[in-house]
Amino acid sequence: MTAAPRSPLRPALMLSLVGCAILLVPILNRLVPEGSALHLEDRFVPLFGKYLAYAVLAVSLDLIWGRAGILSLGHGAFFALGGYAMGMYLMRQIGPRGVYAHPVLPDFMVFLNWQELPWYWYGFDRFWFAMIMVVLVPGTLAFLFGWFAFRSRVSGVYFSIITQALTFALMLAFFRNEMGFGGNNGLTDFKDILGFPITAPDTRLALYLATGLLLLLALVVAIHLRRSPLGRLLVAIRDGEARARFLGHDTLKAKLFVWTLSAVLAGLAGALYVPQVGIINPSEFSPAASIEIAIWVAVGGRDTILGPVVGSLLVNGMKTWLTGAAPELWLFVLGGLFVLVTLVLPDGLVGIGRALARRFKTGSSAAPIEAGPGPMEAARG
Amino acid sequence: MSHFPLSRRWLLGGVAALALASHAALAADTIKVGILHSLSGTMAISETTLKDVMLMLIEEQNKKGGLLGKKLEPVVVDPASNWPLFAEKARELLTKHKVAVVFGCWTSVSRKSVLPVFEELNGILFYPVQYEGEESSRNVFYTGAAPNQQAIPAVEYLMQQEKVERWALIGTDYVYPRTTNKILEAYLKSKGVKSEDIMINYTPFGHSDWQTIVAEIKKFGSAGKKTAVISTINGDANVPFYKELANQGIKATDIPVIAFSVGEEELAGLDTGPLVGHLAAWNYFMSVDTPENKEFIQKWHAFIKDPKRVTNDPMEAHYIGFNMWVKAVEKAGTTDPDAVIDAMIGVAVPNLSGGYSAMMPNHHITKPVLIGEIQADGQFNIVWQSPGLIVGDEWSDYLEGSKDLIADWRAPMRCGNFNVKTGKCGGN
Amino acid sequence: MRGNLKLGLARMRLLLFLLALFATLLPRSATADATAAREALAILAGGNLDAMEPAIGTIARSGVPWAEPVLGALLEGRLLVRPSDRAVFLRTPDGVLLEAESGAPTSVDAKSLRPIRINNRLRRTLEGALGALTLGHGDPAVRLTAAEKLFARPDPSALDSLEAALVRETEPRVREAFARARAAILLEHGPPPARAEAALALAASPSPAVLGKLQAARRALPADAAPEIVAALEEAIAKVERRLRLLELAQTLFQGMSLGSVLLLAAIGLAVTFGVMGVINMAHGEMVMLGAYATWAVQQAMRALLPGALDWSLIFAVPAAFILAAAAGWAIERGVISRLYGRPLETLLATFGISLVLQQAVRLGIGATNREVVTPSWMSGLWEPVPGLALTTNRIVIVLFAIAVFLLLVALVRGTRLGLEIRAVTQNRRMAETMGIRTPRVDALTFALGSGIAGIGGVALAQIDNVSPNLGQAYIVDSFIVVVFGGVGNLWGTFLGAMTLGLVNKLLEPVAGAVLGKIIVLLALILFIQRRPQGLFALRGRAAEA
Repeated sequence: MTAAPRSPLRPALMLSLVGCAILLVPILNRLVPEGSALHLEDRFVPLFGKYLAYAVLAVSLDLIWGRAGILSLGHGAFFALGGYAMGMYLMRQIGPRGVYAHPVLPDFMVFLNWQELPWYWYGFDRFWFAMIMVVLVPGTLAFLFGWFAFRSRVSGVYFSIITQALTFALMLAFFRNEMGFGGNNGLTDFKDILGFPITAPDTRLALYLATGLLLLLALVVAIHLRRSPLGRLLVAIRDGEARARFLGHDTLKAKLFVWTLSAVLAGLAGALYVPQVGIINPSEFSPAASIEIAIWVAVGGRDTILGPVVGSLLVNGMKTWLTGAAPELWLFVLGGLFVLVTLVLPDGLVGIGRALARRFKTGSSAAPIEAGPGPMEAARG
Repeated sequence: MSHFPLSRRWLLGGVAALALASHAALAADTIKVGILHSLSGTMAISETTLKDVMLMLIEEQNKKGGLLGKKLEPVVVDPASNWPLFAEKARELLTKHKVAVVFGCWTSVSRKSVLPVFEELNGILFYPVQYEGEESSRNVFYTGAAPNQQAIPAVEYLMQQEKVERWALIGTDYVYPRTTNKILEAYLKSKGVKSEDIMINYTPFGHSDWQTIVAEIKKFGSAGKKTAVISTINGDANVPFYKELANQGIKATDIPVIAFSVGEEELAGLDTGPLVGHLAAWNYFMSVDTPENKEFIQKWHAFIKDPKRVTNDPMEAHYIGFNMWVKAVEKAGTTDPDAVIDAMIGVAVPNLSGGYSAMMPNHHITKPVLIGEIQADGQFNIVWQSPGLIVGDEWSDYLEGSKDLIADWRAPMRCGNFNVKTGKCGGN
Repeated sequence: MRGNLKLGLARMRLLLFLLALFATLLPRSATADATAAREALAILAGGNLDAMEPAIGTIARSGVPWAEPVLGALLEGRLLVRPSDRAVFLRTPDGVLLEAESGAPTSVDAKSLRPIRINNRLRRTLEGALGALTLGHGDPAVRLTAAEKLFARPDPSALDSLEAALVRETEPRVREAFARARAAILLEHGPPPARAEAALALAASPSPAVLGKLQAARRALPADAAPEIVAALEEAIAKVERRLRLLELAQTLFQGMSLGSVLLLAAIGLAVTFGVMGVINMAHGEMVMLGAYATWAVQQAMRALLPGALDWSLIFAVPAAFILAAAAGWAIERGVISRLYGRPLETLLATFGISLVLQQAVRLGIGATNREVVTPSWMSGLWEPVPGLALTTNRIVIVLFAIAVFLLLVALVRGTRLGLEIRAVTQNRRMAETMGIRTPRVDALTFALGSGIAGIGGVALAQIDNVSPNLGQAYIVDSFIVVVFGGVGNLWGTFLGAMTLGLVNKLLEPVAGAVLGKIIVLLALILFIQRRPQGLFALRGRAAEA
């Protein structure tokens, strides 16, 4: 497996590079005059904001998948829960400005004849409460789920599939109109956030920057984790959990901590995603959406710092571009890319750089991939 | 796709993705028409056809010399049945391509997702699908049916013609069936139907195992009173539902099923032999016998190069909507959204069932209501037609929250949710 | 068939001749009836739905010999009218055109004719009228249908002919049906004591329809009805209800098995590619979809080449689906998966990409809309092992089919050379290699086998679900859940897993509703995996199980 970066300078360099890249958007948008060829139109700000939220989500998945080797096929659930918590705050902010002009109830409750606000909507009119919930709801769910799963030593594909079952069950639940989360339509038509109009360019830029900040924070966490004893323990767990356990390490605690941390990060990403795209709806819980997150990580490069960021930006950027440029053929391109990346770039896109660096250093070509155990044994690992 | 050189579109996309140039210069010689229908994902099954019909209508118009002396240029994007992507693509159409108008969306959630974008950027959206109502936006024109243009006439027909006394309301659990069933329940109760004679059941999207529910319907229908099923089951789930009905031997003569989301396209995937006599309520059927419809079908078959392809109600809605927009642009003499939005109200164009549909001040249109029985050939036999045209009612009178609301986008009111009791334009 | 028709025609013509002969001798009323019938036929040709209802009654009562064929044709959409002069013609089920009244063959241009359209109300009227008209038919099956129609729509005017027919009837099955129809008429229209007697007679063959009739009869009883009659009706109702509750449970169990079989068919291919080989095969759903499209393609081809044998298309569809999906699976394994040995999670990425490509390829190549797959006639309808328990034939076929496919797969893995090699490679790849087994070939064949089996599943799913590019996506999550629940690598686990999930789902559905039921099942599954982290059947050590 690939080693953690050795040079102490590299993470700092990486972070500043990412930070500069993030700042490029406001600079091109605000400082470059509108007529210039380099000017970035306003519409790109929420778009890149959305990509950054996806990037945070990908980093959060890589914490648990890349480092600890635990593949979650239900990370979209934590993302969506964070998003719903934020969406509920934004819904309450609409107040009496809904189409029915009801002082408290959101529109979808009015037209389904709800008489009063369900108890779990209380408190969401306050930002601080909503923010606590953004952390608490995904965190608690992940903690409980992880507690049960890791304690009974559910692992490998079994764990992946039950996370998938979890997100699928949540999707079905949120589809139900009786749940009081707007059913299939979800939460939408937001007006403002913290008193600022949500569609104003300034608000959008602020949201973008907040997301950028979150991404940097996520990267710091990821880097720190790699270098900490916990990070090494996680690698040990990935490569031989039983051995790590026999050596006296509390693998349950380690896994549970990273798992919960990862879910909280995903929830925060969701909370910043919702005001920028303007809707949160149960399809975010769909198993396919969660699989896609794993795809971003794999395309960029699993167990690398930048891989998830690169992967999510590339895949989503291509999606944006191709759904407009080749609306009927884009799935071939995207699908083809996934196949190609796995065949040609086993370590993802970031792996190219690494392989080049290695070749440069040693002067030999990249070592051929050793004929490892066949796919048949792998399932039992 | 074959209508545009791929390379140019790629180039366009690439240029824009890098944000190197603005496209105002490119857009000057044509009028761009955005088409926002899913070409992949779960909704592609319904929406792909609407993209094709829009391409056909634009081609026709260009043959007639275009609009205001310019050619129309379709801009097709794929929102991929992904609701946030709908909003993103709508923004792209309005800001990057600077389209004059957008025809698109199918599901309510996709409309809800793009609505803030159209309002923010002052675009125009034509929405062609029957929906739950409870909405009227200045920037949206609703050419599909509101509940009063479909559901209530259908129930009246069953009460009078089939003497139905017991009702099973079966739907997919989302906002359209919920609202429609709420309206119908209130309506039925106002007609003296007792609660025990109304059964309401909701299923998830794409529900494929209908054994239990069909058996329940059978049981519900054997209480000795004439029973009918009102189905608001959505798209994908219909085929397994009808297959199960046929297999469990529920015939239209025993328990008729009337559907609001099943048209010729859905039936094309079914063997309709065992379903003869089940009903659907729409504002258009392919079997409508008018010269306009014959011509439309002929053109469609020529365009799509498949004489077996069917036409359906949302296609007619796009036909009406597109012609209305063309007429409004001609009337306004410009594609400027504000001028076109104002010019739209009052525009009347021929529909395919032999009358004229007009755009009303609430941004909904007048339509006839037709009820058809499924035939063995997958077509509908029209058994009832409303005597006149019915105006789409955006705020239902049967719902507590909306009975006092009206929409009127003419000056001086210019309000989508005016409360006649308080005399205020609510919300905004 | 054709000979029969000719015979029928000859007989009809003879009858007509005799009728004409008698017409001069008969009292005026008969000719008056015939005239009225002729006028009524003109009304049918007019197409006014409201006027048609009494006209049908007039024709049915008139006793004219053409009443039955004409009304039968009207019901089945075979009665045609020439719009120019409103002349009425009849198309026999074989497509021969006849003049409606005389029954004489005609050379009129079929294109100038339009079918007379009817609605549900008329269909009901016609069924009732035909029921009474065909009670004396030569074919017992027709008599049986007539009795069933009368049972469904009791027509008091048919009581006399029904009783006469009951005396004549020799076939026990038909006799029984006649008696039931008679009871149904009496229950609805007879004097109160006869109603009580009819109610108890009907209670002997309980069904939801009988219950409905009994409840309606109870409601129809006047308030001052004799108490013993009320008691008899209520007893009958209670008896039927008791019986139906029991039958309902049996029905639910069957539905659970049937859902289990569907899950099994969807998942069984995955049990090989994922379960045995360990490939997280996201393209599995698309293999199922290919199978469904193969079924459609076979039916299309047969429609063009062998329209008579369309009913047996599934016999060709099964191998076609297997070959198509297996070929696709083989190509995927050789082209992509074989290069990803040792990196199982990356196969997730690659197969997800393949699944996107396959879906869009079908969407562009064949079309995004649903395709029609016809249910063969031998698979449609109901089977009633005991009265009141109606099982749909297609579900029974699917249950049997699922079990057959499963057993075949087990036999293949246990009893053949390939199966032995598969097990050997699964248990210890290096050892197998050392023993001279060509493992790449075995990998490819195993993956092709799993894909082919998934394709066969698609043949069955095409019978109950959409044949659309989205078909595979609808089943992929359920398939993974079934395989994991059963225990990865264990075919019997998959079988029991599918059946358990099907049964639990169906037992919960009436209580909790379809949505909540499914949520509960998923949560229960998550908890179950906590108790048994390796599924229903945990593998012991490195042993592979087939």
